[in-house]
Amino acid sequence: MTEIRYLAPQTLDEAIGAFAAAGSAARILAGGTDLLVQMRAGIVRPGLIVDIKKIAEMTAIEETADGGFRIGAAVSGMALAEHPRFRKVWPGVLEAVNLIGSKQVQGRASAGGNLCNGSPAGDSVPAMVAAGAIVTVQGPNGRRESPVEQVPAGPGRTSLKPGEILVSFALAPRPPGSSDAYLRMIPRTEMDIAVVGCGVSLTMKDGVCTAARVGLGAVAPTVLLVEPAADALVGSRLDDAALAKAASACSAACRPIDDKRGTIVYRTKVAGVLLKRTAAIAAQRAQAS
Amino acid sequence: MAKVHVTTTINGEPMEFLCEPNDTMLDALRGPLGLTGSKEGCASGDCGACSITLDDRLVCSCLMLAAEAEGHTISTIEGMAQGEKLHPLQQKFLESAALQCGICTSGMLISSAALLKRSPDPSEEEVRFWLAGNLCRCTGYDKIVRAVLETAADMRRETAP
Repeated sequence: MTEIRYLAPQTLDEAIGAFAAAGSAARILAGGTDLLVQMRAGIVRPGLIVDIKKIAEMTAIEETADGGFRIGAAVSGMALAEHPRFRKVWPGVLEAVNLIGSKQVQGRASAGGNLCNGSPAGDSVPAMVAAGAIVTVQGPNGRRESPVEQVPAGPGRTSLKPGEILVSFALAPRPPGSSDAYLRMIPRTEMDIAVVGCGVSLTMKDGVCTAARVGLGAVAPTVLLVEPAADALVGSRLDDAALAKAASACSAACRPIDDKRGTIVYRTKVAGVLLKRTAAIAAQRAQAS
Repeated sequence: MAKVHVTTTINGEPMEFLCEPNDTMLDALRGPLGLTGSKEGCASGDCGACSITLDDRLVCSCLMLAAEAEGHTISTIEGMAQGEKLHPLQQKFLESAALQCGICTSGMLISSAALLKRSPDPSEEEVRFWLAGNLCRCTGYDKIVRAVLETAADMRRETAP
C-alpha cells in the first residue's frame, strides 16, 4: 500500500514546494467535495494531499477600494453568500456557486475546486467566464494571471502546469447599470448536474446593452466563452431579434455529447433558450442596480 | 502509514485522536471517537446522514478528512440534547413520528437545527430546499418538514419577549 501524507501548510510557498516535489501523485484539497468522492471511488489515490485552507489568501474575500473583488480559490459558496456586498454586485456568480450540491456541499465546495475539477458542467465556471474573472495561479516559476476561460482544457483536465496552484479569482469593478445571472437546465429543482448552464454578464445604459459576456457550460469538452452571442447583444435593446441572434450564436457554439442527461439536439436547442432567459434576468437586475 | 494526531473540540469537549491521512471525519467519529450517531449512507455527500457542523457550518462528515478537524470545533448529534432534555427538534420529531427507520434522522436533526439557527422563521419552501441534501426513503418528507416548521414556531414563541 502506498504511503499517503496530509499536509496543511500556512504559506503558499510551502504548499507549492510540497505540491511540486510530490509530482502527479499530489492533490490539492480545498472543499474536498470532489476529491474525497474520487478517492472513495478509487479514481485517484493521492500520495500527498495538500490542504490549502490554512493559507489566508486562499480563504479570503477582499473588496478593493474601487469596488472589485478578489476571491480566494478555497472560499466556500456559503462563505461567499455571507459576504454583505458580493451578492449585490455579482448575483449571477453567487447563484451559480450556490447551485452546486446541497447546503452541506455549499458549506465546503469552492469556485476554485469547481474550476480545477475540470467538469464541463461545473456550475460556477460559465458564470465566472461571463464575469470576465481573471485567475491568479502560482507555481514553482512564480505567479501569473490568466482569463478564467483558459483554465479548463477538457473533461477533468486544466491548463495548470505541474506544481501550479490556483490562488484566486479577480472580478473587476462594475460600471453603473451592470449585473449578471446564471441559469442551468436540470430535470428537477435541486441537487443535479447541469444539462446546459448559461452565464450572462452585461451593462445597460438608457435601455441599450453596452457590454456583455456569455459563458456556456455542459455543451462542449470545456466551458465556452461565446463571443458571437455577446456581440449580438451589445448595441441592442435586448429586443427579440437581438436575443434570437444571440441564442442562435449559442446553439452554433455547442459541441455537446449525447448522454443520459440530454441529447445533442436537446442541449443545442436549450443553450439558446437559456441564453434568452438568462440575459433577461441579468438585464432586469442591471436596470434595477 | 504515519498516523495523524488531531486536536479538536467535539460537542464542547476538547478531544484528541489518531487517524490515517485519508480517513474521513465520519470514519474518525464512528471509529476511535465512538460517536456512532452520525450515519454512513452514501459516503459521497449525497444523502446527508453523516451531517455535522464544523465551526457552525453544516457539512457532510464523509466529505471531510479527519485531519482537517485540527483546531476546529465540531458538533454532532450526540451534543444536541442537554443531558436528558431533548432539543425541541428531537422532541417534535418523536411526537409527530417524523421518522421511520431512523437512519436519516440524526442528519435531518443536525441540518434542521442549522437552518433554525440561521432562519428562525423559515417558509416551507426554504425548509424543503435546505433539507434537499438529506435523503429519507421512508417518510416522504412531509412529516419531517411539518415537524421543523412546528418546532420553529414553538421556539419563536418561547423566545418572544
